[in-house]
Amino acid sequence: MQQVITESKKAFMTGNETAAWAALASGADVMFGYPITPQNEIMHYWTRLAPQYGRGFLQTEDEISAGFTVCGAVQSGKKAFTATAGPGNVLMQEPFGMAEGMRLPLLAIIQQRGGPSSGTVIYSQQEVALTTFGGNGEGWRIVYSTATHQEIYDYVIKGFNTAWKYRFPTFILGDGYQAKMREPLEMYDPETRGIKMVDTYPLIGLDGSITNAEREPQHLCNIYSLEEELYDVVLKNTAEYESISPEIVEYEERQCEDAEIIILSHGVVARAADDAVKALRAQGIKAGYFRPITLRPYPEKQLRAAIARSGAKKLLIAESAYGQFYRLTRQEIYGETIPMETLFMPGVGIIDYDIISKVKSIL
Amino acid sequence: MALVKIALAGEGGQGVQSVAEIIAEAAYNEEKQTIYIPNFGLEQRGGVSIAFIQVSDERIGAPKFNKADVVIALSERAVGRTAHYSDENTLFVYDSGFKVDENDLPRQAKKIIGLPAIDTANKELHPRVFNIIIMGAVIGLTNIVDFEAAKKALENKLGYKFEKNPDLRELNFKALELGKQMAEESLKEGGQ
Amino acid sequence: MQTVAPATPKSWYLPTKPHKFCPGCGHGIVLKALGDVIDELEIQDRTIFGCDIGCSLLSWDFFACDSTQTHHGRTTPVMVGIKRARPELITIGYMGDGGGYSIGSQHLLNAAVRNEKVTLILVNNTNYGMTGGQMAPTTLPGQKTETTPFGRDPELTGYPTKGPEFIAQLTPDSAYVARATVSKYNQLRRFIRNALRNQIEGNGFSFVEVLSTCPTNWRTNAQQTWHFLEDEMEHYFPVGELKNPFGKGGK
Repeated sequence: MQQVITESKKAFMTGNETAAWAALASGADVMFGYPITPQNEIMHYWTRLAPQYGRGFLQTEDEISAGFTVCGAVQSGKKAFTATAGPGNVLMQEPFGMAEGMRLPLLAIIQQRGGPSSGTVIYSQQEVALTTFGGNGEGWRIVYSTATHQEIYDYVIKGFNTAWKYRFPTFILGDGYQAKMREPLEMYDPETRGIKMVDTYPLIGLDGSITNAEREPQHLCNIYSLEEELYDVVLKNTAEYESISPEIVEYEERQCEDAEIIILSHGVVARAADDAVKALRAQGIKAGYFRPITLRPYPEKQLRAAIARSGAKKLLIAESAYGQFYRLTRQEIYGETIPMETLFMPGVGIIDYDIISKVKSIL
Repeated sequence: MALVKIALAGEGGQGVQSVAEIIAEAAYNEEKQTIYIPNFGLEQRGGVSIAFIQVSDERIGAPKFNKADVVIALSERAVGRTAHYSDENTLFVYDSGFKVDENDLPRQAKKIIGLPAIDTANKELHPRVFNIIIMGAVIGLTNIVDFEAAKKALENKLGYKFEKNPDLRELNFKALELGKQMAEESLKEGGQ
Repeated sequence: MQTVAPATPKSWYLPTKPHKFCPGCGHGIVLKALGDVIDELEIQDRTIFGCDIGCSLLSWDFFACDSTQTHHGRTTPVMVGIKRARPELITIGYMGDGGGYSIGSQHLLNAAVRNEKVTLILVNNTNYGMTGGQMAPTTLPGQKTETTPFGRDPELTGYPTKGPEFIAQLTPDSAYVARATVSKYNQLRRFIRNALRNQIEGNGFSFVEVLSTCPTNWRTNAQQTWHFLEDEMEHYFPVGELKNPFGKGGK
């Protein structure tokens, strides 16, 4: 496959453009997508870049189809992905569920917009519940919540590898701000950074002749006749998900050692939280910063440890949703007695000022 | 350089976003940390369009902000729409030719500045370069990039047009220069 | 009395035989024809068989071909995804009238419009068999089902979907579109062969609707079953090739 980026280079671009370049650099073979704001430009850049590198694209009739065509393409051994947002993410829960059930290495980039319903086309963090636990399954998904364009680039590359290494559907959870804003980043070829791209392989359409008895036919299945059959599959996949989780979990923690209050945030809001902690420290308030990068699996042990180590009196959860990240966190750290304060700003941006004011009002 | 936050607002078609993009790219090319985010709601089709730019030497936090260091309103409607981005540290700029209701102007500002940008463009240059005058004004007010870097950024963006018509290059550079001078003059004038 | 066992297609997967369809069900005949054609065209090693939800699902391990299950109505996009990613594979989507004409109709319609190089076989038995015999898009006017216990009233639920007719309108001339019936085996086999040939040659979309039987949900005996198929269904749904890039086809 033709190398996309020969030398590392700086770029100043939108998050959507970044995602398209990262998918190219990851060696993605094909994208299936359906227009929805604010992810459209991922498709726009992909459709301009992909033909230069022999990669494919299809604009499908809807998001359901985009998700299922990706399912088909990855079954046939190709590195395929899609991108969506809001109501499109709702529709894609059906194919995402199939990817969970059949352990398909699907990658989806989600640029969250305001909800519920058509909401806004702008921004939110209201697709956390949907992206982590949507569908009629058990949440066997890997969800990276990015905060910067550099992370979009890094985690799209990593996401393809996670998907193909562990064969759980993998999500890059961005948002409208990250999609549309421009900021600097460095693009690189993964191999030059020592990142080995995981080889893809077909689940159907395998090499070797069935008629010459070189191999058995593959019969992939996602529906079971007996309760017990499904039960065994669910237990097996759950056990596997749990056993690989420690390798996948990622988080950021700063200045929690002596923190009186730990500010918990994810995604783009973590940028404001980081600034807020710096400002509060400068004013003599001992604030700490904790940010799960993976929302699934959640860095539950690490957060519990940070709480214990710091002896913090309070946890402040800041999110651009009305409690989706809060509820996720609460279930993950069940049993902790630290009071949890909240700053919920559904569908609007959060800046350091908002967090600083909140901290001062509760300390 | 400390963080500088700029909000540019105008009518769709005035080139607000293009100017913001050129400014942001100029800052990026100067190795500064830069974020540019357009507002992109449904209102972008036929409403006031706002561009948010932040430039700093340090890593930049949230992509949007509540209060700007410089607000520039490029239309009469944009004045009222952007007043709330102004506080006691803000330079609030609008065109001195606008008929503006006093109540639409921000309650708080470090300085409210009326620049004769439209008039200058129409009389001395060309109406099309109104937004380049504004770009010059942003640079004059903030020094986020030096003048040569701004010219280079213009060249990068509009070079293909300049190739066809070299007069355009001179016109744009002149507009940039005038905008900068106008802004610098306005800062020298005392009082609010 | 001497009995002659019908020849079993080589491409059938023997560990799953005898198959799981109800006595008198037409699926076995369709899958026999498909197996024969896979053998004849020697495509078993590169065929991907995808089945929908509903009775068609019971065919998921029917063939000694790589096969995959999908969701209700979603076989079409899964097959499209595979074909787009690996054009050298022969993709066969197998679905019922509910999956194709109702819940998956947007996929069928758009795959046809895009002239996707896949082959879809849709079995029309005028009801949702697996879920207990509800009204399907193809249920005939007056026909009783679990959700039309007094007979389908077109005033309330419209007229039966004529799939091949609308797909023929949507597709270019390189598409293959036909309606077959399990009552005419040789013709059924010929239509399926043409549909697969059309994909193998890379011409375009290939679609075969097959009129089939469901005595379990129709609550019919053998004679009534055959009567309903040949007299009622074939009367309402004309059998034949609607579009054939290989030239004139016969009824």
